[in-house]
Amino acid sequence: MSDLFVGTDVWTLCVILGLAVVTVVSRSFFFISSKPWHLPHWAQRGLQYAPIAALSAVVLPEIVMTQGQFITSWQDARLFAAAAGVLVYVAKRNVLLTILGGMAVYLPLHLALGW
Amino acid sequence: MFFKPKLFRHAEFKIGLFELAPQAPGVAAWGLMTGVAMVKSGMSVFESVVMTLLVFAGSSQLAAIPLIVAGAPAWVILATGFCVNLRFVVFSLHLRPYLIHLPRWERMMHAYVTADISYVLFTRRFHQPGHTPEQLLAQEAYLAGSDALNWGGWMVASLVGIALANFIPLAWGLGFAGILCLLGIQCSLASSRMRIVASVVAGVAAVLAYALPLKLNIVVAIALAVILCLTLERLPLTSANREQT
Repeated sequence: MSDLFVGTDVWTLCVILGLAVVTVVSRSFFFISSKPWHLPHWAQRGLQYAPIAALSAVVLPEIVMTQGQFITSWQDARLFAAAAGVLVYVAKRNVLLTILGGMAVYLPLHLALGW
Repeated sequence: MFFKPKLFRHAEFKIGLFELAPQAPGVAAWGLMTGVAMVKSGMSVFESVVMTLLVFAGSSQLAAIPLIVAGAPAWVILATGFCVNLRFVVFSLHLRPYLIHLPRWERMMHAYVTADISYVLFTRRFHQPGHTPEQLLAQEAYLAGSDALNWGGWMVASLVGIALANFIPLAWGLGFAGILCLLGIQCSLASSRMRIVASVVAGVAAVLAYALPLKLNIVVAIALAVILCLTLERLPLTSANREQT
């Protein structure tokens, strides 16, 4: 049983609790107060761009960097998997197929060729 | 929430449940992947279970994991999670007139368990908020049914994923499925030219600013992309690309 807790620390649990609060606050943002009110226009426009920017800022370094360094070789399974994933999305418009298509490219390159 | 008899005995509850059913395999597969990805990215099983049960937001969970593993400061992780979740803020604005008549605790709990698919199905079925208490109750029951299956399916699948992850060697690199999942969601959000600009700017900025301490590159990248796009919007050249929202 103790295996289950290996690597668990209080800081991470606090961050997880914080993320749960973030879920509640973001999903119920306009439910919290029952008074009528409006977002300022710039904030409403900003809402259009922040989600995709946040995802991109997390995702791209995970694809093109290793240990904080820009990769120097094109022989990296992640590049091909990500490209395949984007192509599958464009063709099928389905996130699940994007994951499966990307992994279908990633696993052989990563496991068989060691990329 | 979905455990009130007046909701789950309502005819609309079943309709909500049945309309979500075709989506359930997709939700389950994504949950399974998220479960595996959490453990394979280096979180403990206990942390992964707590995260699954409490956070209930796949994309913000997956975005938070690399930051948690890298030891980023809590505020950066929470700010990133919030930014990834900003689409829900937009949903809450849309759902407000449907649920605002409920007591605060109840309407916040409804919102907490309403994720992307339930929102899409709900707003597709009900174009207008109900005018009578009966109509409003019917809408609430539909949402509860839809949420019940979505939440249940996601939880079971994620927990199964966490359990399975222990039998999969780390060297297989299955954690990368989480990144591909975020990439897929990113593609689904790329619905206008300006959003693609935001995506490219944020990605490149996050790589260039990677050396910043405390994972601040993420915050810098988001801020830069949003400010740049808001500025570009004001130029007459790009006004044709402006989204109608």
